Amino acid sequence: MTRSPSRTWLNRRAVNEALLALLFLAPALVLFLAFTFFPIGFGFVISLHNWRVGPREFVGLGNYARALAGGSEFWSSLVATLTYSALAVPIQLTLALALAYLLFQKVRGKALFRVVMFLPWVTSTVATAAVWARLYSPDIGLINGALKALGLQPMRWLLEDKGIFTLMARDWGLPIPAWLTGPSLAMVSVVIYTTWVFVGYNMTLFLAGLGNIPPEMYEAAKIDGANGWQLFRHITWPLLSPTTFFVVLITIIGTLKAFNHIWVMTQGENGTQTASILIYRQFYEFQRAGYASALAFLLSGVILLATLIQNRIAAQRVHY
Amino acid sequence: MTSTKASTFLALARSRRKGPERVHPLVYVVLLVVGFVSIIPFLWMLTTSVKEYGDTISLKLWPWPPFGTSQPRFDNFIEAIRIIGVDRETGLPLFVRYVLNTLIVTGIIIASTVTTSVLAAYAFAQLNFPGKNVLFIIVLTTFMIPEELILVPRAVMMNKNYLNWYNTFLAIVAPSLASAFGIFLIRQFFLQVPRELFDAARIDGAGHLRYLLTIMVPLAQPAIVTLALLEFIWSWNEFRWVQLVTASANMRTISVGLVGFLQTEGGPQTHLAMAVAVMVVLPIIVLYLFTQRYFTEGIVTTGLKG
Repeated sequence: MTRSPSRTWLNRRAVNEALLALLFLAPALVLFLAFTFFPIGFGFVISLHNWRVGPREFVGLGNYARALAGGSEFWSSLVATLTYSALAVPIQLTLALALAYLLFQKVRGKALFRVVMFLPWVTSTVATAAVWARLYSPDIGLINGALKALGLQPMRWLLEDKGIFTLMARDWGLPIPAWLTGPSLAMVSVVIYTTWVFVGYNMTLFLAGLGNIPPEMYEAAKIDGANGWQLFRHITWPLLSPTTFFVVLITIIGTLKAFNHIWVMTQGENGTQTASILIYRQFYEFQRAGYASALAFLLSGVILLATLIQNRIAAQRVHY
Repeated sequence: MTSTKASTFLALARSRRKGPERVHPLVYVVLLVVGFVSIIPFLWMLTTSVKEYGDTISLKLWPWPPFGTSQPRFDNFIEAIRIIGVDRETGLPLFVRYVLNTLIVTGIIIASTVTTSVLAAYAFAQLNFPGKNVLFIIVLTTFMIPEELILVPRAVMMNKNYLNWYNTFLAIVAPSLASAFGIFLIRQFFLQVPRELFDAARIDGAGHLRYLLTIMVPLAQPAIVTLALLEFIWSWNEFRWVQLVTASANMRTISVGLVGFLQTEGGPQTHLAMAVAVMVVLPIIVLYLFTQRYFTEGIVTTGLKG
């Protein structure tokens, strides 16, 4: 039996195409291998050592044990991270969805509004966080200036390590038990800044999601006499759920990793030392590469867990 | 056939909907207030950057005529640049050096990301090879890897026991030379190009490389521009990595330089701090205003990178 010439030609063509693909993929793959995948393994090796500039010592899981020990700074940083996330995600997303819903009507100046709302996301976090740190300044800040002008009491914002419930109990005499301190005012101030940065970005994603809902659905429901709330509850909310899921996911992950603005505004002081701030300080200020790497693995575990829980919930609740 | 009918019907239904719809006036009030809150920090930054020190302390919002007697001080920008200092190596003001460094770094990152992304995206969209799906999933997993996880080992890799790139441009750009985001974005565009176009080009004697460069790249131009713009903004704004792998003042980029200034002389002198912040933020705002439609498109099609 002789092989048909077209068959060999096809084979050669397939081999050539595979080689070409390899050639095209090589630059990106080599870079990912060197600067993304290799560092994961290398980071794990580092995390098993007392990794210093001089002689390094193998400590096994010692860095992890230190991080997970009761009352360690890792646990408090995790509490700060989760507090930040639990405050920032619902505030940001509710506001973004509400604005997207308002904007989804035939509003004049819609394009201009979108551009304005997107500006904080585009500009340097370092620069805008520096601006906000000054707006929050207790003495010369715009916010306290406005409070004073309205006859209200000025506050210490980013410099305040007391919890907001403690402050309410103190200033307004609310009967709040002493153990219920709440997140520090500094943390709340950071959350307000985060909302300012990301509302426009999330609104843009929600607007795109709203645009994918066929308008006929609304018309049919209107003919059946549905009111505004019913339209939202039974059409917008379920049909928007893939977008909502996606936005919630990236926002949670984003808040778990937040770094730049917290670093610029508080350097992690006053109850704002989140896990990524702790990792950075341990490495940059104290050169503890091993301990910082162990912390990074623990934080990544938390992020992975959050993603998996999200996916599990989405499988039940999202209507694709 | 049915789908064409359906789409015609939908189009008709939509066009009928284009009647005047009443928007509640309260909606405009809400949007105005929110929009105003959104730009107040920028307005405050701009006005403060040309105030005198005394006016920032006494909290004057508009110390110039008709409400005050001061004059706008554009010298603040020059004074801030003077305070930041001079680069001993080149004799240039350090701030100018920061800008040049940022432009060099950003240029390298954009050129490399666009090239590697276009090539890889073409392989994933147009070529057949064993293990394609696995490789694509591997590329996508790099999205999921938090930067925190690889920050420390990457930085350790740059020191003298390993790559010895510490305090060089190479160290600054290395982690950003390829982007899974870019591959994904451009692949989405390439996938929309009908396969028949390639067959026609093949008959005309074009190989893959010529087809890629003369047909696919021009078609994917909006995606490539989006990628270049986003990479520009991300590397212009990058702070933590550059801070970790640079030591000398003349290797800093603009964001690191700004943080350095804020932690020293710029801290107490709000007007000078804001002058530097304006110089960091203004180029990006101008760029964004001219190119904003690319941003929304890029973010909506891929939605990633919060």
